[in-house]
Amino acid sequence: MTVKPAMPESWRLETKPHKFCPGCGHGIALRALGQAIDELGIQDRVVFGCDIGCSLLAWDFFNVDSVQTHHGRTTPVVTGIKRANPELICVAYMGDGGGYAIGAQHLVNAAGRNERITVILANNTQYAMTGGQMAPTTLPGQKTETSPYGRDPEATGHPAKGPEMVAAITGEDAYVARGTVSKLPQLRRMMVRALQNQIEGRGFSFVEVLSTCPTNWRTNAKDTWEFLEKKMPAHFRTGELKVPAAAGKDEDGKKAVH
Amino acid sequence: MSGAVMAEKRVFMTGNEVVAWAAVAARADVMYGYPITPQNEVMHYWTRLAPKHGKIFLQTEDELSAGFATIGGVLAGKKCFTATAGPGNVLMQEPVSMAEMMRLPVVVVVMQRGGPSTATVIYSQQEVTLTTFGGNGEGFRVVYSTAGLQELYDHTIKAFNTAWRYRFPVFVLADGYQAKMREPLTVYDPVERGIEPVAPEPYVGRPGKPGADRPPGHYRNTYNTEEELYAVVLEQAAEYERVAPEIVEHEESGAEGAAVLVVAHGVVARAAKQAVELLRAEGLKAGYFRPVTLRPLPAEALRTAAGRAGRLLVVESAYGQFARLVRDALYGLTVDVVPLYKPGLGITAEEIASRCRELAASSARTE
Repeated sequence: MTVKPAMPESWRLETKPHKFCPGCGHGIALRALGQAIDELGIQDRVVFGCDIGCSLLAWDFFNVDSVQTHHGRTTPVVTGIKRANPELICVAYMGDGGGYAIGAQHLVNAAGRNERITVILANNTQYAMTGGQMAPTTLPGQKTETSPYGRDPEATGHPAKGPEMVAAITGEDAYVARGTVSKLPQLRRMMVRALQNQIEGRGFSFVEVLSTCPTNWRTNAKDTWEFLEKKMPAHFRTGELKVPAAAGKDEDGKKAVH
Repeated sequence: MSGAVMAEKRVFMTGNEVVAWAAVAARADVMYGYPITPQNEVMHYWTRLAPKHGKIFLQTEDELSAGFATIGGVLAGKKCFTATAGPGNVLMQEPVSMAEMMRLPVVVVVMQRGGPSTATVIYSQQEVTLTTFGGNGEGFRVVYSTAGLQELYDHTIKAFNTAWRYRFPVFVLADGYQAKMREPLTVYDPVERGIEPVAPEPYVGRPGKPGADRPPGHYRNTYNTEEELYAVVLEQAAEYERVAPEIVEHEESGAEGAAVLVVAHGVVARAAKQAVELLRAEGLKAGYFRPVTLRPLPAEALRTAAGRAGRLLVVESAYGQFARLVRDALYGLTVDVVPLYKPGLGITAEEIASRCRELAASSARTE
């Protein structure tokens, strides 16, 4: 007898099992998002946009209207939808390359304009779909295909801190957080609060998700988890970075801050 | 929204203003744009109209964003457009490639400036290759090349209908001269002239719960296998070829038995037409052919006209971009094609006429 895992109602069962690699964090991040959509009862109003890169594998992931765009361009597509029809709840889902490199200008300006959209960005410290190249988020010393001797901060800088940057430039009523696929309940709450911020029309909302890529990290299960739980948090602090006063405190979330 | 549409009247306007009013007349609701000369005033007029008539505008961070936001507006079910030029048109090819792949009815107005690169902010016809075949695709898009401000008004309205009827991206290709000059023209409500605006439809956010009341709208431009993509592109090609005869437009006069057939497009075609009138008054058998649509090109009509002509003089404010389209259409015909290329420069009727006289004299000598 096989036990089927409980799936969010907003997931599209016909396209499961999903197409991500074994051990990939995307499935957990999208689970948190699916649970948040269910909890808020907004499945009929959500538009899900995904990028090029591994996130594009989610183009038929949900039972919600979805559009797969070009690398880094999910933010402007979703912005264009939201401004043309503010009734919709628009989510842009992307990776760290899409959000912090090729589409950085879109993230910066959408945050600066305080667009009423929700951006969810999976940070797995490298470009995964293209075979594991260095990303803005690659850790110092981390080996990738384009930093085979390890990332040298002298030559290529330090890991990009996306939520910190977004929090600094976006509106006072924006919601900014960093979660991790290793803490699903906290991540789900962050997604709920991010979507809630958009539903209530307060401002931009942004959640970075620390995620895993054993395929390109070339790690086994134990080392994958250790990279996620030990190495990444040394550079990327999880927790809420910006919370609108009207949203109140998330006491449970606070406890999870490293 | 029809309250925003100007009642029929004669006006004296610049081309950029004409585009804004034509978009209103076409019942467009949304413009996303980014500043670049010489199209800026399209945005300036739209932003002044927007709050009065419930229109939407956003100045984005670049043309990539303007183009992709325009795609978003279309997905939300709005008639949505952008305007750009030169290096902005280069960036615009990325979103238009996506619109092509997904058959999204975006409308892009291009006011050509000099190239390559920054070049001049004034005028050229050097964005023909980019606008007809830019992007990493097959050029399944419609390109109207206008010659003056009345046409700019008419064809901007038409662009929205063509886009939403056939679901291919549509360009209105003009230039800095048309953008900045004033001309008298008649503005009107297309509905009052029996031109029914094609109603837009939303791709996302239709009524009902996806997966329960209706299937979700899942839109992508990525494919897993070569065969899958091959089938999609072939289907698009077949559809493009099927509708092309309904879309192609051209203008010609005196082509029958012309010793010299002047072929030009856009604002240069006005000089060509005038040159031909001048030459015919002098007794020289000159003709004139002008494609209005550069994609799809009226190839059959052009072949027929060229087949009856002694020689072709292809005139353009670029170094052979338009001529490449012409020669491609004429492949197999033996007619001589003579160029008159002035990249980034305006061309007068007198220059064209004098080149035609030279050609007529040289062919008289060889006979």
